[in-house]
Amino acid sequence: MKISFRLRAAIVSVALLVALLGAWHIATSGAGQTQAMDPEYAKLMGLTATQGKSAMPGPLDVGATLWKHLADPFYVKGPNDQGIGVQLGWSILRVALGFGLAVLVAVPLGFLIGLSPLFRQALDPFIQVMRPVSPLAWMPLALYTIKDSAISSIFVIFICSIWPMLTNTAFAVANVRKEWLNVARTLEVGTFRKIFRVILPAAAPTILTGMRISISIAWLVIVAAEMLVGGTGIGYFVWNEWNNLSIANVINAILFIGVIGMLLDQLLGFLTRLVTYPE
Amino acid sequence: MSQHFISVEALKRQFPGSDKAVFEDLWFGVEKGEFVCIIGHSGCGKTTVLNILAGLDTPSDGAIIFDGKAVEGPSLDRAVVFQGHALMPWMSVLDNVLFAVQSRWPAWPKARAIEHARKYIAMVGLAGAEAKRPAQLSGGMKQRVGIARALSTEPKTLLMDEPFSALDALTRGTLQDEVLRLRAATNLTVFMITHDVDEAMLLADRIVLMTNGPGARIAEILVNTLPKDRSRETLHQLPDYYPIRNHLLDFLVRRSKAFTPPAGWDARKPPHVYAAAPKAGLGVGLDGAAAE
Repeated sequence: MKISFRLRAAIVSVALLVALLGAWHIATSGAGQTQAMDPEYAKLMGLTATQGKSAMPGPLDVGATLWKHLADPFYVKGPNDQGIGVQLGWSILRVALGFGLAVLVAVPLGFLIGLSPLFRQALDPFIQVMRPVSPLAWMPLALYTIKDSAISSIFVIFICSIWPMLTNTAFAVANVRKEWLNVARTLEVGTFRKIFRVILPAAAPTILTGMRISISIAWLVIVAAEMLVGGTGIGYFVWNEWNNLSIANVINAILFIGVIGMLLDQLLGFLTRLVTYPE
Repeated sequence: MSQHFISVEALKRQFPGSDKAVFEDLWFGVEKGEFVCIIGHSGCGKTTVLNILAGLDTPSDGAIIFDGKAVEGPSLDRAVVFQGHALMPWMSVLDNVLFAVQSRWPAWPKARAIEHARKYIAMVGLAGAEAKRPAQLSGGMKQRVGIARALSTEPKTLLMDEPFSALDALTRGTLQDEVLRLRAATNLTVFMITHDVDEAMLLADRIVLMTNGPGARIAEILVNTLPKDRSRETLHQLPDYYPIRNHLLDFLVRRSKAFTPPAGWDARKPPHVYAAAPKAGLGVGLDGAAAE
């Protein structure tokens, strides 16, 4: 009997997961050294000191917390106790706003740069210098000028999302096949019709690829930005749980960040496929 | 002085950074309803001549007068069939043709434009393939769409840049027949670049022979004396076939390389030549040299 390639890959995936979880379980289940101590003092010290339990949670602990998060993701019990769904929602909202603003700026600006060699040359030094700057370096400047930490983190997302879209749009627009432009010229197509019927569809796959890179970077950056500005969001949640010494929650957050990041990437991948044309 | 429908006058094109012109001092005319092929080796600037005629390129010197007006940029009156079909891959066959139709008649209601586009798609034998994307079509079918798109704007002239060179021999043959048929039906003025001698003999009324570049010139213009109702199947059985073919090949293989203008040769009036005895009713009004 032949097993399909996909099924074999899935079997290997599951085997790896089981092996990994098993190793994790074994590594964290062993008992360390314990010391005899005053029972009152032992209450303060926790299980690590009294029973030798590892401070690193095992897969079962993480699973239990995960279940708790999934069972009630959207509760709000005061500023420091909100469901993981709420925290992720804040992060996604900030990314969506910052990314959306970046699309509104980067795509038209990229068109301008792509269509005009003069602008390409003139703006190139700015782009070259600004692009390698870590978006978080903008944070103090944003906090000082905007005076609002929530908007500042959106600004940081905006700044980091702009570059891949800008460069990809400019490149795609500048490299639209000459023959398609010649067709438009021989048909005496007006500027706007040429932009929307010829250049935009021709450049769309590359522009969407730029957006896909941008959203991945934005999702990386939002965690760090929220750690800095605090208040809400998954980045804040991670830092808060670190302060609570809840490693299980930190691991849970890592899982959620990964899954949402993957979904965002797949969404953009799906949109890219929609505008891709076979030649 | 120019009475031709298309009049190429003292045309020269020199690319920046090059010290020699690709071609210079080109003079020839195309009459209304005529099919003219230009033949020559790669690098003689055939495509550049066509691009200037299409308005996609500008000459370094000289001008082209089309229907009484100097060519200054592209126009819907001069439709181009591109070498690589140049269809928009994100549009269906219908949308590709519709794009041209709506460029020509922006005020038409959509239904009328679609009907018009369908008519031309059917004319090139692609009825039923309107919804397909170019990627789903064979090379020959793509070029048919390219022709439908060009014809759909009802241009005054059709410019074709080696339209069949990327196709296999069988497909090329069918498309040549198609062009013969379409041209008979529309009586369009056609200017076509080719490097295929048989193609030129089948389609053209006159064949412009260009010498090798750089510094290419028009050596002579061969009048095709094959009967008007010629067809691809019987072409090679016609009595004038071999004299004309030999003349063209002889030019391409030997004379185009080291062309030295013979005595009395005038760039302004490249001689009209006959590989076979001229027949009555052919070449009338074409021969600039004879007219003066």
